[in-house]
Amino acid sequence: MVADAAPSRLAAARPGTPLGLQIRAWLARHLEAVVIPVGAAVLGFLLFGLFLTALGKSPLQLVEIVWRGGFGSPFALGNSLQRAAPLLFAALCVALPARLGLVVIGGEGAIVLGGLATAAAAQPLAGFPAPLAVPLMAGAAALAGAVWIGAVGWLQAYRNVNATIASLLMSYIAIALANHLIEGPLRDPASLNKPSTLPVGDAFMLGPMPVIGVHWGLGCGIVACVIAYVLMDRTTLGFAARIAGGNVRAAQIQGLPVGRLIVGFTALGGAFAALAGYFEVAAVQGTANGTLAAGYGYTGILVAFLARQNPLAIMPVAVLLGGIEASSGLIQRRMQLPDATVLVLEGLLFLVVLLSETLYGRFKLFNPHLWAEKRAATPAAPVPA
Amino acid sequence: MSGDLGLWTVPLAMIGGAIRVSTPFLFVSLGETITERSGRINLGLEGTLVLGAMAAYGTAVLTGSPWAGVAVAGLAGGVLGLLHGFVCSFPRVNDVAIGIALMLFGTGLAFFFGKPFIQPSAPPLPAIPFGAWSDLPQVQAALRVNVLFLAGAALSVALWWGLRNTRAGLVLRVVGDSADAARALGYDVDRVRLVATGAGGVLAGIGGAYLSLYYPGSWNEGISSGQGLMAVALVIFARWNPLACFGAALLFGGAGALGPALQSVGVSQGYYLFYAAPYVLTLALLIATSSPDRALAGAPGELSLSK
Repeated sequence: MVADAAPSRLAAARPGTPLGLQIRAWLARHLEAVVIPVGAAVLGFLLFGLFLTALGKSPLQLVEIVWRGGFGSPFALGNSLQRAAPLLFAALCVALPARLGLVVIGGEGAIVLGGLATAAAAQPLAGFPAPLAVPLMAGAAALAGAVWIGAVGWLQAYRNVNATIASLLMSYIAIALANHLIEGPLRDPASLNKPSTLPVGDAFMLGPMPVIGVHWGLGCGIVACVIAYVLMDRTTLGFAARIAGGNVRAAQIQGLPVGRLIVGFTALGGAFAALAGYFEVAAVQGTANGTLAAGYGYTGILVAFLARQNPLAIMPVAVLLGGIEASSGLIQRRMQLPDATVLVLEGLLFLVVLLSETLYGRFKLFNPHLWAEKRAATPAAPVPA
Repeated sequence: MSGDLGLWTVPLAMIGGAIRVSTPFLFVSLGETITERSGRINLGLEGTLVLGAMAAYGTAVLTGSPWAGVAVAGLAGGVLGLLHGFVCSFPRVNDVAIGIALMLFGTGLAFFFGKPFIQPSAPPLPAIPFGAWSDLPQVQAALRVNVLFLAGAALSVALWWGLRNTRAGLVLRVVGDSADAARALGYDVDRVRLVATGAGGVLAGIGGAYLSLYYPGSWNEGISSGQGLMAVALVIFARWNPLACFGAALLFGGAGALGPALQSVGVSQGYYLFYAAPYVLTLALLIATSSPDRALAGAPGELSLSK
């Protein structure tokens, strides 16, 4: 992949190229990263439409319901954004390690532990002023997630244990551990039907953000995505991580601390995922309970892959999937479809977008270094299907 | 009843549990062994297992025959496996990521079509009472062995022999160890991998049929709790050897039976922690068998996992 990208950069940087062509080359290179995934997502929706048609349901009705249930009214949009907030954090837990070549799919465990740590930290902090206690609670959550997912990175870097499998096993262990603590030592005796921890208390709860009325997790998630983007694409640390992800041997020869980079970026990803759990407890639920394992970690994997591990692209994708999941209830009621409908759609989207990886670098339109082979400036032609 | 056995109930229940719980592990790990020996990894067998469980249960409810259910489960698993093999034959498509996508897709399809089958009950697969000689109900329960378990045991021996001694086994191993060597010999690498992934899917689907038609013996959305994925880790532990898969599956089954066994003698404290035992065991074995400075012994050379 890296080898393919190199010549196009050289072509653009070659001195003497007319400015118009340079701009067109820049556009072409960047359009590829938008057109292919968007096209793949559209194809995924079309395939799902065929699936619905085969079952005698109307795909157009589905589109209308998703629009109405996810985006069409201020209430629906708020609901979608509320669901998008944890997805932002969960997707970062996949996207940051992915730049180092690790496929981490255990974000769900970090979310649950983050929520649990929030609730546990609130008890000894009771009576403290909120401006002191709130960051401490968030810090406790982030620490729990960083240790949990950082351990996955450590195992991969220093013990050669596959991070994909290890992270998912760790996620199951985290959920079992959380269930044990919520139903045992940390249980609020007053929670009878639905075992929960003691509430964090109104003083430590986060209110909604001004104007849009969605909790602060959304704003912090957006900031986290921007931080992750700057870290990955604009700092030497991120550059070193990308080298290590592209070619470990080359990175080692350059003297880059590959092991520490892996541990650092997995730990950061884990801290972000745990913050999703923090906001679920401190802004939505008020206590840690079984609903923490609501599947945000798994949807986050999909978000990260649909966004092609780009932190900036995670934001629109998370809102889209948040909207689809928010309209799930309406799909069930209005179309008499099972709740797994959304799961089928997500699986199809995932497959098609991964398959589209094979298309990068295949279209002459998007690859300026191929233009010179024909003639200097080929006018923009329709995208070959 | 259990008074005369006392604490012996626990190991007995674990042996019985190991036999009962291990069958899905066994089938998925044998299927994954075939796939990984061809140089690809299919993480989607978790989804295949769930889809197989649903397909088997639905078919058994509709036709009244559990064996028709097993056949349809194998078929459904094979289709998912072929889909994985086909998609991965395109350049630059990541087999690990496709596996995650198929995990989601297979589970989604199973839940989607499985909704109407949660209520009705299906005829179960037959079991052979090897414990009939004993008067003790616990011994009888522990030694009721399902036919699929025996089929899986026979299959692991057959695969072990076949990988060493047959032409197909040799071709599979060449493709998995060096795609270039296989191409030089004139074999179509992608087609061998397609067949191997399809076969792996068939076996995982049958493993799912066992879940819904024998133990636990019902269809619901929580039927699999990561067995498909643990089986992938189990293959690494078993060093891609079908015979070792059999032993490892029994070990995992025993770990999975620990929680229910302790509960049956009244230990209810920390139930969730015992429930996590198989995951902890898998992780511990994975760490113990991995090494920082060399590739995994016995790993197929083309496997992205071991590179």
